[in-house]
Amino acid sequence: MADHDVLVVGAGLAGMRAAIAAHRAGANVAMMSKVHPVRSHSNAAQGGINAAMRGAEDSVDSHVYDTVKGSDYLGDQDAIEFMCAEAPQEIINLEHMGVIFNRDEEGRLGTRAFGGASYARTFFVADITGQAILHVMYEQILKAGVRSYEEWFVTDLIVEDGECRGVVAIEMLTGKLHQVTAKAVVLASGGVGRAFEPSTNALICTGDGIALAYRAGATLLDMEMVQYHPTTLAGNGILLSEAARGEGAYLLNSKGERFMDGYAPNMRELASRDVVSRAEATEIEEGRGVDGCVFLDVRHLGAEAIRTKLKYIYEAALDYAGIDMITEPVPIRPGQHYIMGGVKTDPQTRTWDPDGAWSGPRGLFAAGEVACVSVHGGNRLGANSLLETVVFGKVAGEMATAHAKEQPDTPVSGAHLADAEARIKALFGRPDNGERTAKLRLDMGNAMNEHLAVFRDEDGMQSALGTVHGLQERYTELPVVHKGGVYNTDLIFHLELGYMLDCAETICEGGLLRKESRGAHYRRDMTERDDTAWLKHTMANVGEDGRPVMGSLPVTVTKWEPQKRVY
Amino acid sequence: MQANLRVSRYDPEAPEPSARMQDYQIEVPEHFTVLDALIQVREEEDPSLAMRCSCRASICGSCAMRVNGQARLACKTRLSAVAAEGEPVTIEPMGNQRVVKDLVVDLGLFWNKIRAVEPYLQPAGDEPEEEYIASDESMQNLITPMGCIMCGACVSDCTALEVDENFLGPAALAKAYRFVADPRDGASHERLQTLNEYGGVWDCTRCYMCVEVCPVGVAPMDRIMELRDSVMNEVGVTTPGARHVESFARSVARSGWLDETMLAVDSWGRFNIPKLLSQAPLGLRVLVRGKLPLPWPFHHKRAGAEFVGRIFKRWESRKQ
Repeated sequence: MADHDVLVVGAGLAGMRAAIAAHRAGANVAMMSKVHPVRSHSNAAQGGINAAMRGAEDSVDSHVYDTVKGSDYLGDQDAIEFMCAEAPQEIINLEHMGVIFNRDEEGRLGTRAFGGASYARTFFVADITGQAILHVMYEQILKAGVRSYEEWFVTDLIVEDGECRGVVAIEMLTGKLHQVTAKAVVLASGGVGRAFEPSTNALICTGDGIALAYRAGATLLDMEMVQYHPTTLAGNGILLSEAARGEGAYLLNSKGERFMDGYAPNMRELASRDVVSRAEATEIEEGRGVDGCVFLDVRHLGAEAIRTKLKYIYEAALDYAGIDMITEPVPIRPGQHYIMGGVKTDPQTRTWDPDGAWSGPRGLFAAGEVACVSVHGGNRLGANSLLETVVFGKVAGEMATAHAKEQPDTPVSGAHLADAEARIKALFGRPDNGERTAKLRLDMGNAMNEHLAVFRDEDGMQSALGTVHGLQERYTELPVVHKGGVYNTDLIFHLELGYMLDCAETICEGGLLRKESRGAHYRRDMTERDDTAWLKHTMANVGEDGRPVMGSLPVTVTKWEPQKRVY
Repeated sequence: MQANLRVSRYDPEAPEPSARMQDYQIEVPEHFTVLDALIQVREEEDPSLAMRCSCRASICGSCAMRVNGQARLACKTRLSAVAAEGEPVTIEPMGNQRVVKDLVVDLGLFWNKIRAVEPYLQPAGDEPEEEYIASDESMQNLITPMGCIMCGACVSDCTALEVDENFLGPAALAKAYRFVADPRDGASHERLQTLNEYGGVWDCTRCYMCVEVCPVGVAPMDRIMELRDSVMNEVGVTTPGARHVESFARSVARSGWLDETMLAVDSWGRFNIPKLLSQAPLGLRVLVRGKLPLPWPFHHKRAGAEFVGRIFKRWESRKQ
């Protein structure tokens, strides 16, 4: 008998929302994560969560339009319409669970302005919105008594007869491998920011779920669409929330000019992230930066607002750069932040297509940053990521439960476990050739950050792909130096590097395939958007030789025909 | 600059497991945090070193450990803030919790205590169709306890937990406060009754360690003191701890200073004869050494006691 009806891999917001939905739908559900759920990277979402439900003029249609425009028309409009329509109810659900959203004077939920949005529709908890929602979600998991495999690292998805039936995982506290079976599996394991160096992402964001699904035959979509956040702190690259600009912060160059006037005369600092990041990079390149940075200036907001509404970033600038934002502008620059691409799903979060336009194992669902529905297309709007996690997390939990209930109890072979054990034993047996995981990871991260950042071109992307291929070659002989069982992070980092290299390869291939500039993918050698040839998604599937086989899928357009994108 | 790290190592798989200190001397940039340095050790010197870390930005709560004897987030602690160049920095796992390997501890005890306070909203009645109406002020008041990242630093350095594992501890009590003070919660009275029991709010010794080590300003002890107020108002004065508070205030309001003898008598209960008798030998020893202050009615008023009394009166009237 299967251990669970539904197994959720990843326990951030999408994963926990899926687990709660599955629990409420009556499934025997469990979550599995390589960290404790409250350590998940959803914590880092600072600014808020979008929903059109305040103000006489705002509407779901306006939210959809902003998101479509933000995506540079690459988002699938049916999925975006669904997400934006679900948003208001999901905000209420979160509030009922216990989230302590900021209120207005009447004691109702209050909003703030955010990038790329026509109206102030971002609900928030100071600048710790992600953390505040994540911890409340975990409270609900404790209340429901959902089984949680904490610090379990997934090495394989079990696929038999085209059906996903569970995972093989390392229990990190003992080093033991286990097979955990389920009638449906939900991937909610986040993005792959660490394939870039530096990145705002936590060290755990290593694309595990993306690579696991890809290796199991699922389709990856728009992997080239990588978001660079406009305001990451000089030095260690830590994120300073868009909430700062939402509250009215300026971006200044070395001459003290609000340079966004020249790039986005209407929205200025609150243009979409790809536009702002490109503007900053241009200023820096043309010599109007200081030490590779421009400045974020909040001084005019006043000490009180800075200390309360921007408490976390105020402290972060103080702790990590020694800068008091009340009296000084902070040096910032664009930094890798988010990946719009991921495992292709339909709006029901299924990774397989009954019509066969794309492929994936039946019974495998995906939600959150690991997935590409696609609601973000070429560029994600701030505060739409938290929304995506809860809306599609809920769908995934419900759909996976429905799928599981239709499945017969098929016994799973023990071969998967034995295979994984043999593979790990072989890793431990590799001779020490002097190569180190950290060195390979750094080489990959540097290459990706150099050639797949804000500006790209053919030669650069070819060079990055060459680096990745070379690293994949070296990876086949990379040793695991520490041989212990208990909490062996040397082994874990080794496996993570393998996942990241797979993702990096598809990011490069996607970038090379897309012969235009759209959203975050800006090519210096092809600076125009080409709606005739490229109003479509790039697609990657693993080939027989282990290399990606590229293809494309049409974009779903409902009622917003592509227009010139001006902010 | 040069960093001298003295790191506690423990390998449960060694033939005879025991903790030992290992020194690492590495060259690091000026701005490095303790975590940056440990990561460098793990990547370049010793991949067997086990620790938890993830966000590097003091939000995930993974990397709490003891630095020079005090619990801190390694990612929020600059090396230069804890040691002059070349001075050793001692890095050990958190206290009050079982060590699994090196700097990794078993957080089972921590989470059991969190679970014990029923850490989820328990609304009274049916949910409204839209959001609950609540003042922004009441929500802002919850942001501080909600800012808790569950790193365990306060539990590591809690001096009450060190001697009594039954104590709920600072993190769980701060979590409990978050619900008691939430206007949407309908179970506050039951929560306060539970918190009034053994292991609850009265077991805090007010040592301030949790306030000092909390990396995100939750100040758990202050939350515990607010809970004590709520317990006395809502549940009543039913424990030695509550009677202690009451006697303290009564004595100062009346005489301008503390009547220490009556404080002990009141706290145990004036008619709790067995307990008072059990304290008699202590009382006699104090008396013999001439250190027993005279109790009421011999406890005299200090000059200016009426001014102190007025402060109490004014406070009482403001509360109403």
